[in-house]
Amino acid sequence: MSEYIEHDRDKISVGIVEKKIYAFAEPPQEMVLEGGARLGPVSLAYETCGTLNADKSNVVLIAHALSGDSHVAGYYTPDDEKPGWWDSMVGPGKGIDTNKYFVVCSNIIGSCMGSTGPCTINPKTVLPYGLDFPVVTIADMVAAQKALMDHLGIKKLLAVVGGSIGGMQVLEWCLKYPQMVEAAIPLATTTRHSALAIAFNEVARQAIMADPKWNGGNYYFGEKPALGLAVARMIGHITYLSDEAMRLKFGRRLQDKGDFSFNFDADFQVESYLRYQGKKFVDRFDANAFLYITKAADYYDLEKQHGDGSAVRAFSKTGAIFLVISFTSDWLYPTYQSRSMVKAMKKNGLDVSFCEIEADWGHDAFLLPNPRLSAVIRGFLERVYNSTRK
Amino acid sequence: MRYDLQVIASWIETGSRVIDLGCGEGELLKFLIDHKQVIGSGIEHNESKVARCIEKGLSVLQGDINEEIDDYPDNRFDYVILSQTLQQVYEPDALIRSMLRIGRNGIVSFPNFSQWGCRLQLLVSGFAPITRQLPYQWYNTPNIRVITIKDFRKFIHEVGLTIVKEVAINTQSKDHYGKIITVLPNLRATYGILLIGNGKHQH
Repeated sequence: MSEYIEHDRDKISVGIVEKKIYAFAEPPQEMVLEGGARLGPVSLAYETCGTLNADKSNVVLIAHALSGDSHVAGYYTPDDEKPGWWDSMVGPGKGIDTNKYFVVCSNIIGSCMGSTGPCTINPKTVLPYGLDFPVVTIADMVAAQKALMDHLGIKKLLAVVGGSIGGMQVLEWCLKYPQMVEAAIPLATTTRHSALAIAFNEVARQAIMADPKWNGGNYYFGEKPALGLAVARMIGHITYLSDEAMRLKFGRRLQDKGDFSFNFDADFQVESYLRYQGKKFVDRFDANAFLYITKAADYYDLEKQHGDGSAVRAFSKTGAIFLVISFTSDWLYPTYQSRSMVKAMKKNGLDVSFCEIEADWGHDAFLLPNPRLSAVIRGFLERVYNSTRK
Repeated sequence: MRYDLQVIASWIETGSRVIDLGCGEGELLKFLIDHKQVIGSGIEHNESKVARCIEKGLSVLQGDINEEIDDYPDNRFDYVILSQTLQQVYEPDALIRSMLRIGRNGIVSFPNFSQWGCRLQLLVSGFAPITRQLPYQWYNTPNIRVITIKDFRKFIHEVGLTIVKEVAINTQSKDHYGKIITVLPNLRATYGILLIGNGKHQH
């Protein structure tokens, strides 16, 4: 997702933020995971922006997607090349207004951006976990976030907001801890992966595992499976765009040349773009973390886990106010998937707003600066905030 | 606010549950929430209008009213409003029955096609009438239904529902001002507004 991040054009920013670590689940009080395994100790990297009010009623929890991290907005140092991944949405006067709300974002467990994951040292072996890391689920990620909220003394979340895999965490929050969640904004997400989404993830995982340097997940003391991870990321980028987005962005234009090279170099701009994105990703992301997080997303099945196969039954667990948003060109989680969750919410008499925003940029549209998206999120949060003040 | 919406608002009891089908930019909903403390929501087809509603803090979802209405539990609302949309509905019978399934009362407003201006245009010019309320040519109009107040009354009786209240209005200057027509409404009114029920309830 990082390729979209730019400095705010109007230079509006939350300013300097700090990455903090919360450590918990020290043995023998390990986290018991959905799959039955125990995990501990657990570290969560998290950041906050804005000010927590006296009665702790202005908390907005943001859940990130596959390759995101706790760095949602602002800068670590004044010289940073880029701000946090959702700087266009989170800041003073922005869609999620840090003058009003206290924003918390933590890195999901299983990731590699400061929270415990497969590249963390396993205290039992004093080596990186690798594939000894237990398979974690969306529910486990949310349980870890809940532990962080307990640590911060936060009992109510004004809203939980997130797109894609972050949106799954939003839904999971509503059903797992319904008393805590006033409102929820699941963006460009689904209650369970389609076969298409699982298929793309599987091809990406196979690309990593087919790289000899992957070595059964045990590569932390040698060369990384850079080629496999780069190909995995290239596949991801295809699914994040759309036919229209690629046509607009690249068409059949050639990269720095007037004619074909008649060899297998990158001739087309789209090839060059994918290679560049793949290569760049390898520098900042761990291949095993990619395997674990995509698996968690594939396993997520809200209907099965919360409603015995029925979305209507699942959403009967929550009383949250919802704003569901999809994007016209998202072919990874198409609008029909958002509509079906809206339907289940309505059947439960829940207060739900839904908008399918017109956008050419495919699944990734939720990450791009979009005045309409910011405006609807701002208006929705304001309503929820005012209703809790009454 | 449009005069027909002012009339509708005056019929709504304070604190009731209201859904506006085809709520546009949410003018009526916002008014009802601010002045009558209703619990209001809406359905609107147009993306930018839906976004405007949500920005204003309204609970609105994007979709086709004919489909979206099916998902609500029975008797979810006190009032189900269909203002100036009936003339664009493909299956009015099914929609009105659904309105009275999810709500206790239905409120329907529509432009009256038998207003004398329409009649005169057709009679004198021989062309399909074009009026301030129905400003389209035959080939670009979204209004696929031609309805008169008399037609609608007849229809409600034929489908076995009841008219609880009925008002005919005449509007001026972009429909923001108007007056109630009591004499010869089917001939003189630009809009009809009716409160309908399924006859089982006391009003």
